[in-house]
Amino acid sequence: MPMYDMNKILPGLIVFVGLVTFPIWYNGGNAGAVPKPEKPANAKECIRPTAEMRTSHMVLLNQFRDEVVREGKRGAIKEAGGVTYDDKSLMLGCMKCHTSAKKFCDECHNYAAVKPYCWDCHLQPKETN
Amino acid sequence: MDSKRRKFLKIAGISAIAGIAAPSAFNSLLKGEAFASGGHGHQAESHGGGHEAAPTGKQYGLVVNVKAFADQPGLGEKCIHACHSIHNVPDYGNKKDEIKWIWIEKYENAFPEHSHYKRNEELHKMPIMTMCNHCASPPCVRACPTQATFKNQDGIVMMDYHRCIGCRFCMAACPYGARSFNWRSPRGVDELGKPFIKRRNPDYPTRMRGVVEKCTLCNERLVHGLQPACVEASNGAMIFGDLNEPGSEINKVLKENFTIQRKPSLGTKPSVFYII
Repeated sequence: MPMYDMNKILPGLIVFVGLVTFPIWYNGGNAGAVPKPEKPANAKECIRPTAEMRTSHMVLLNQFRDEVVREGKRGAIKEAGGVTYDDKSLMLGCMKCHTSAKKFCDECHNYAAVKPYCWDCHLQPKETN
Repeated sequence: MDSKRRKFLKIAGISAIAGIAAPSAFNSLLKGEAFASGGHGHQAESHGGGHEAAPTGKQYGLVVNVKAFADQPGLGEKCIHACHSIHNVPDYGNKKDEIKWIWIEKYENAFPEHSHYKRNEELHKMPIMTMCNHCASPPCVRACPTQATFKNQDGIVMMDYHRCIGCRFCMAACPYGARSFNWRSPRGVDELGKPFIKRRNPDYPTRMRGVVEKCTLCNERLVHGLQPACVEASNGAMIFGDLNEPGSEINKVLKENFTIQRKPSLGTKPSVFYII
């Protein structure tokens, strides 16, 4: 089958593919620095396994929020390792171990370009440095 | 021919009237019956303005001893400060934007239904502590389109700021002016660079611009066995307790004293009582 304007189409295709794949070869196949959220110094285990927290902490936080605000169940959370945390709360619970929102939350949130609105109302723990 | 047409029109007219009138007559008869039996109860309720509904759960309430507040000048301000500092309530510095969870009202404004003709002068000078009445039948809850404000299991009219869309229907519905809207960001600063929240309590969130806020009867303190902040600061001039618990201190106080409520005729069943 004959193809018309081969001399225009082929270079055009090459330029197009080059442009589309630009981010890949520009970064040399490197996906960028992986975020390194700071782990709490005084606690070994979280209230849920790390993998679960990584994928669905937002679901858990929403669940806690609804239980506390709407059902008044502020009760303590028991962790698998036997440690009991007093408050089902972001400010009085989570952030007591994860003492820096900048070094913990923002690390991944910035990487994934998500902007949760927690801190519009909730107060971040005072940054020590 | 003519007589036949006349007859036909008669029958048609009568059946049309019967068809229209019969269902409505039936309905009004049935409704009339229901109204007669239900009406009595309703009337009794609005007259009493009380809490005779079956005690299905808790209903926290307050008794405010107005005399005690009048005798101790500055006590009201102390209660307000206790509440507003704990809950990060912003002070925008002008009346229009004012946010208030608990405030002092004049007698005639707090109880506009009462006759003020030849009332004791002293009464008009008394500071009336006013806050959300945590009504047993709250009109704000019915007005809220997102259920951001709701009646919780303790009978507290709660706010879920996560859900509030700032429509202010609840403010229009509340007959006590107990709700305030954040026209500006509570985290902001005024023209002089002074923050609206003087000292942030790190244990309690702030609100954001565009939500309605109000007294939540310190539900976050109640779970830890503490009294509401205003009650704690009041030196016994305010009494807190469960109105549905027969032996509670608040019920004892209510039994022993003559108390009044704000606008009881509206049928909201307020849970805040005043000893004058």
